[in-house]
Amino acid sequence: MSTTVEPISEERKDAAGWLKLAFVRLGVLPFLLIIAIVAFTLLSGNFLTVNNLLNVARQSTYLTMVTMGQMLALLTGGFDLSVGTILAVTSVVGALAMSSVFAASPDLVWLAVLAGVLAGFGAGLAIGIVNGTGVALFNVSPFMMTLGMASVGFGIALYLTGGVPVYGIPDIFGAVFGFGRLFGIPAPIYATAIFVAIMYVVLNWTRFGRYLYAVGGNIKASRLSGINTRKTLFLAYVLCAALTSIAGLMLTARLETGEANIGSSMPLESIAACVIGGVSLRGGVGRLSSVVLGAIFIGLVQNGMNLARIDSYLQTVVIGILLILAVVADQFRLKLIAELRD
Amino acid sequence: MTSMAERIPAAPEASASGAQEILVLKNISKRFPGVDALIDVDFDLRRGEVHVLFGENGAGKSTLISLVSGAETLSSGTMSLNDKVVSFRSVHEARQHGISAVFQEFSLVPQLTVEENLFLGEEVTQGLFLDKPEIHRRAVSILKRLNFPLEPHRRVAYLSRAEQQMVEIAKAFRSQPAILIFDEPTASLTERETERLFALIEQAKKQGIGIIYITHRMGEVRRIGDRITVLRDGRRIATLDAKTSNDDQLIELMTGRRITQVFPKIDFRPGQSLLKVERLTLVSRSVRDISIEVKAGEIVGIAGLVGSGKSDLARACYGLEKIASGRITLGDEDITGKSVREIMQRGLFYLPADRRAEGLVLMRGARENIALPSIRAGAFSNGPFLKRRDERLKTHGLAQKVDLKPFDLERDLEHFSGGNQQKVMIAKALSREVRIFIFDEPTVGVDVGTRVAIYGFIRDLCQAGAGILLVSSDLPEILHLTNRTYVMYRGEMRAELKGQAITQDQVLRHFFERAAA
Repeated sequence: MSTTVEPISEERKDAAGWLKLAFVRLGVLPFLLIIAIVAFTLLSGNFLTVNNLLNVARQSTYLTMVTMGQMLALLTGGFDLSVGTILAVTSVVGALAMSSVFAASPDLVWLAVLAGVLAGFGAGLAIGIVNGTGVALFNVSPFMMTLGMASVGFGIALYLTGGVPVYGIPDIFGAVFGFGRLFGIPAPIYATAIFVAIMYVVLNWTRFGRYLYAVGGNIKASRLSGINTRKTLFLAYVLCAALTSIAGLMLTARLETGEANIGSSMPLESIAACVIGGVSLRGGVGRLSSVVLGAIFIGLVQNGMNLARIDSYLQTVVIGILLILAVVADQFRLKLIAELRD
Repeated sequence: MTSMAERIPAAPEASASGAQEILVLKNISKRFPGVDALIDVDFDLRRGEVHVLFGENGAGKSTLISLVSGAETLSSGTMSLNDKVVSFRSVHEARQHGISAVFQEFSLVPQLTVEENLFLGEEVTQGLFLDKPEIHRRAVSILKRLNFPLEPHRRVAYLSRAEQQMVEIAKAFRSQPAILIFDEPTASLTERETERLFALIEQAKKQGIGIIYITHRMGEVRRIGDRITVLRDGRRIATLDAKTSNDDQLIELMTGRRITQVFPKIDFRPGQSLLKVERLTLVSRSVRDISIEVKAGEIVGIAGLVGSGKSDLARACYGLEKIASGRITLGDEDITGKSVREIMQRGLFYLPADRRAEGLVLMRGARENIALPSIRAGAFSNGPFLKRRDERLKTHGLAQKVDLKPFDLERDLEHFSGGNQQKVMIAKALSREVRIFIFDEPTVGVDVGTRVAIYGFIRDLCQAGAGILLVSSDLPEILHLTNRTYVMYRGEMRAELKGQAITQDQVLRHFFERAAA
């Protein structure tokens, strides 16, 4: 008897050890992804189809862009709670500019699109510049600064629109940037892929990228190493706003209207995606690939829950729980790392 | 004060040409809000010399080097480098002028690797992009030249303090500097690493590099110093030749008073056994099969190198380490595996080595810090409510007893010198009924004046019948204060020395015996 029992328990121990090691190496995200894919495949026959997965990828692009911006702020040890209003302000200002130019000169469609894009992007960037100035120059805590700007931006967006969606955008804008396809792949995916590539190079292969990690890891040490920490912090918030603002334009193209309410869930979802992807809330730690995967994971869960007909209010509950679970898992992982080192 | 400075034989004046002076500071002052950190200080540095800055904590040494290294800017006065007046707005600018500093509080980012830290702020790039292979190549060659056994790809967070110190030193040597600044570089190095650093400094001297060196250790002053400038309360007291100076003279200049004896005479009367550790092994394996005993009325030392596990042993007694096997008893009660709170209630108190990280709440004042361990004990609270009057009176008395300077119990502790922070730690311990005190490196970063005061407290506690366990890397402390000493080496007990047998040779032999074999 005993001879047959032993090898099995041995094998089990091996499997458990391997799982533990994988968890320590990769974090919680791969496990969550596998669980989600298996669960949703069982719940709905439509989940694991090329068409649906392409849909997930397209739906996730907006969050992916915002999450990459959020990652910049998190890496420096701060965060940006105003990403939602940056999205809203971009959308509203962009749509207003676009529709009014279009109304004034209906023949110059591309001029209207260009004017709208520049106005929207400029408005979003302006919020980032204010955030960066407050955090980097006046040492306002990122929490207060971006929370304050979230209120300012949301107020402006509502004031400009009176709470009503902005219509009158030229159709071509939505047709190209929202619904356009090339070789069967939606346009937003191309745009996001390009920005992911740029972000990868910036974070891993440039001085500025190195400084982001250094400033978040130890700001005093960075200053003593001759790094311009104020500039680094400032740029982090400005670039965060830039990425978010581009997401805002893409979303406006998809919705074909400018809306003040589109970004309200973004601060939570983008921070959740980063944390699930292993970004430390204390700064200095985080990999782009995991962060992108984190954003896609959240898109996947939302899509799966939609297919499984889970109530949209309950979906919010699930996202919140996932965020907390990720943080708990991360603490547990740190403990395991400490044990493995001994 | 001035008359004393005049009595000191002046250091040989620089040659009239002034060519050998690389750095000259004239009448420099630095004012912080509410404090004059430096007042009208003159200082010069020559090519190929080691100029030691000497003084108590808060004398202005660190301020002086932060001005030279560009971390702070002058309030008044002039700084000239190679006869040209300069003013640095940042560390980066100073470094471009060839000034590199090894800071006491490390300028390392724990999340980055050794090589990333080495080139932080001065990354090698190709166009816009980092040239990672070249950074790696250069890092390897620097570490090889310095003969530091560091792996360039390791994350700094996983390095020991001594290894981090090596990275910090390597950082300063990464380019060819004209001026090198060291702020207590040997504080966490072993003897052997210290020797290697001194060899490097000798080498740098030969290349004509000027070196500013801060230390509290008398031995180092004469070992590598050429000239010494003594600072006190932000003023320059004297500049003298290192070879002809002596300890008493330096201490007198530094403290402004004559200290005849650093270590007190202690009357040991070992009584009943208070603390007993039997065959203790920790889960972390940093302590293996160790037994010690501490009696009332004696001071027991634990000596050993960095990483010998001596601190872990002390922490285990206070319930801070996970115990694999063995027993710890306090009086006749088994305290193995008990929580810190339970152990504290039974009369044992541990004063950690790292004041900033573990000892004190730096952004609060002395009153709250001193009262912290005894708030629950009932002296300062009544149910859920604080007895603030009692608290104020008692902490006031304790602060007076330890001679807190400046005597302000509401000022945030981070604005006090290291020595005075240590005094607050002692006051904390005194706020309770304690039978056994464990001091872990009680005088790290503490100036001589405060050191004498701390030794006085330890003596008084011992003579009043407390048992004292003294964990220390400072050999003279072990030699002069303890009546019994255990020597540890890599988690194992190597020797127990008693009374007259505690000599430098004996202790050192057990430090190194097996390492050399």
